[in-house]
Amino acid sequence: MYRSHVLVCGGTGCTSSGCPKIIEALQTEIKKAGLKEEVSVVQTGCHGLCALGPIMIVYPEATFYALVKPEDVPEIVSEHLLKGRIVNRLVYKETVTEEGIKSLNDTDFYRKQHRIALRNCGVINPENIDEYIATDGYEALGRVLTEYTPDQVIQTILDSGLRGRGGGGFPTGMKWKLAKGNDADQKYVCCNADEGDPGAFMDRSVLEGDPHVVLEAMAIAGYAIGASQGYIYVRAEYPIAVDRLKIAIAQAREYGLLGKNIFNSGFDFDIDLRLGAGAFVCGEETALMTSIEGNRGEPRPRPPFPAQKGLFEKPTILNNVETYANIPQIILHGAEWFASMGTEKSKGTKVFALGGKINNTGLVEIPMGTTLREVIDEIGGGIPNGKKFKAAQTGGPSGGCIPMEHFDIPIDYDNLIGIGSMMGSGGLIVMDEDNCMVDIAKFFLEFTVDESCGKCTPCRIGTKRLYEMLEKITNGNGTLEDLDKLEELCYYIKENALCGLGQTAPNPVLSTLRFFKDEYLSHVTDKKCPAGVCKALLSYIIDADKCKGCTLCARICPNGAIIGKVKEAHIIEQDKCIKCGACMEKCRFGAISKK
Amino acid sequence: MKTLEELKAIRESMQSQMGLRKESGEQIRVVVGMATCGIASGARPVLNALSDAVQAKGLKNVAVTQTGCIGLCQYEPIVEVMEPGKDKVTYVKMTPEKANEVIDQHLIRGQVIKKYTITEMLG
Repeated sequence: MYRSHVLVCGGTGCTSSGCPKIIEALQTEIKKAGLKEEVSVVQTGCHGLCALGPIMIVYPEATFYALVKPEDVPEIVSEHLLKGRIVNRLVYKETVTEEGIKSLNDTDFYRKQHRIALRNCGVINPENIDEYIATDGYEALGRVLTEYTPDQVIQTILDSGLRGRGGGGFPTGMKWKLAKGNDADQKYVCCNADEGDPGAFMDRSVLEGDPHVVLEAMAIAGYAIGASQGYIYVRAEYPIAVDRLKIAIAQAREYGLLGKNIFNSGFDFDIDLRLGAGAFVCGEETALMTSIEGNRGEPRPRPPFPAQKGLFEKPTILNNVETYANIPQIILHGAEWFASMGTEKSKGTKVFALGGKINNTGLVEIPMGTTLREVIDEIGGGIPNGKKFKAAQTGGPSGGCIPMEHFDIPIDYDNLIGIGSMMGSGGLIVMDEDNCMVDIAKFFLEFTVDESCGKCTPCRIGTKRLYEMLEKITNGNGTLEDLDKLEELCYYIKENALCGLGQTAPNPVLSTLRFFKDEYLSHVTDKKCPAGVCKALLSYIIDADKCKGCTLCARICPNGAIIGKVKEAHIIEQDKCIKCGACMEKCRFGAISKK
Repeated sequence: MKTLEELKAIRESMQSQMGLRKESGEQIRVVVGMATCGIASGARPVLNALSDAVQAKGLKNVAVTQTGCIGLCQYEPIVEVMEPGKDKVTYVKMTPEKANEVIDQHLIRGQVIKKYTITEMLG
C-alpha cells in the first residue's frame, strides 16, 4: 500500500520535453530518501496541458507541478514527499490563490471541460489493465455480452446521437446497423488511428493514455455487428501509442477479455494492429482498408460502401479512436445521458487540439455547442503577446477558417459546415494578425499536393495547379483573373475528385477567399502582404533619422546587404536583401521596419 | 475473465488504491505533521499506518496527507482530522497503534478519542 501516488505525464508531448529523465530522477531520489515502500510513481497519459510539460501531479494533495526539470526532483522529494511541504515555485500558477492551492478542476483550462473520451487520460497508468478496470473498465463489455442483444446495443448507440469523431460526422449507430444487416461468413471491426491532420493529436492521446477503452469499444462493436476480428490501423510515427496498444492487447488476452468465449457468452473477438506508414490518404476509409489488405493505400470508389463490401470484401465498420472512446460510457450511463449533452444534432463532447497562437497549447474536451470564444479566450487563455485574433482554422487541410465575425458561433458539425469549414478530427489552429491568410491556404495546399495519392486526375493535377496559382499570388504576380480561375478550379476539384481528400482539399482556399478576399486583393492589386509574411511582397527599410550607425545590422546580415559607415545612417540594398528579418530583430533603436 | 463478479473483484481491490487520486471537497482530511520534529519523533510510521489502514478498509472519503511543523514540536507526532463542517480534531503524541484506533473509532464510527487529543493533553 502506498500513501502517495506521483503521476508523471508520459504522453508524446511530455516525453519529448523530458519526462523520462524526471521519472528516472524521481525513482533514484525516492529510493535515496527511503520512500520506496510509501510512494508510487505512475506514468500516465496526456493531461491536455502540453504547453506546461513535463507535468507531475502528487496525490493525495493533488498538487499540480508544471515545467518540472530533473534538477527540481530532489527538492520535490525531500520537501513535498518526505516533509509534506509543497514546493510553491513549481506549482502551476493558475492553481495558486490567496487562500492557498486550488484544485486543478477549478482552473480556467479545466473548468469548462467535460471529459468523456479523455476521462482516463492522465488519471490511470495505461500499461496496467487493473487501473482501467478500477475506473469501470470492461464493465460495459461485460454488461453488453450478458444482458444485451446486438440490436439493443445498436439501438442504444443510435439513441445516443453519437456521430463519427473522425471528421465526417456520420451517425455511428447507423453505420453499425447497416453492417449488421449484411449477412456474411466474416465481418470486421476496424479502428482508424491514422490521425493525419497536421495539428490534431487527440487520437494519439487516447491510445497513449487509455488504450483499453478502444479495445473494449471494438469488442462491443464486434458483438453488435457479428464480427470476430478487429484491426487497429495506427501510424508507425506513434511509437508510444503502438507500444501501449501492444501491451494492452496482451493484457486483455491474458484476462480473457479478448479471445474465445468472452464472459462465457460464446462470443469470440480478437484484435490485431496494422501499422501505417503515415500517408494522409490512408485516413480515408477505403484507402485505409486497401492498406490493411497489404496493397498500396489508394481509395476505391463508393458504392460499395464498407458496410457492404469493406475489408477483404466483407462487411466492415470503421470508426475513429475518439468515437470508440465514447462507446463504453454510453453503455454504462445510457443513451439519454449522452444525448443530454451538446446541441440538437451534435450530441456529447468533442476533443480539440489547440495550437498556433494561443497560450494554453494542448488538448481540451468540451461539450458540443461551446462557442469559439469560450474555447480560445477562456480555456485556451487567449492569444499571446497582446496580439489580435484573426481566424481559427478547424479541420486541417480539409477544413476552413472561422473569422472574428463568427467568434460566438456554437461549435457543432452543422454550424461549421454552414460557414464553409468542418469539424474534421478536431485540430484547432489559432491565427493572429501576423498570419497571412493567403499564405495559410498555400501551406495547406502544399500539404495536399504532397499527400495526394495520384489515383484521380482532379486531385493529382488540380491541387498542384491550385498551389501554383497561390504561389503566383504570393509572389506578387497574380491578376484579378487568377482569383476567378482559382475559385472555378476549387469547385471543379470538389465535384470531381474520387475521395474525401480531393473533395475537401480546396476548402482552405475557398474559405479564405470567402472571409479574407481583401487580403487576396491586396496581394493582387496593391502587391502588398498586409500581415507582412509573403517575402516577395515586402521590403525592409532603415529609417535614416533613427539609425545611429551602430553597424550591428550590417554585421548580422547573412547576405551582406546592408551598407553604411560607422555613426552614419545605413542602407539596405534591396536586390541583395533575402528578407530574413535578422536586422530588424537586432536593431536596438527601432530604426528598421518592414513594408 | 468469465463473469462480471470476477471483474468486480478486481475493480474493488484496485479502487481502494486508486481512491488516493480522487479530488473532492467532501473528503475527510487526515493530516500528519511531517517536519523534522515530526519525523524525529516517529511521524513516518504513523503516516504509513494511517495510509495503509484507510486503503485496506476501503475508506473512500478519507485522504491522508502531510504537512509541515505547526509549532507544537514537543507534542509530535501530531495528527489532525478535518471533517467538512466540523471542528478540527488534533491528536498528539501518536503511535501507529493509536493511529489505528483513530481510524476505527473516529473515522469509521465517528467517535473522537478524547484521551489522545491536544485539549486533554494540555489540560
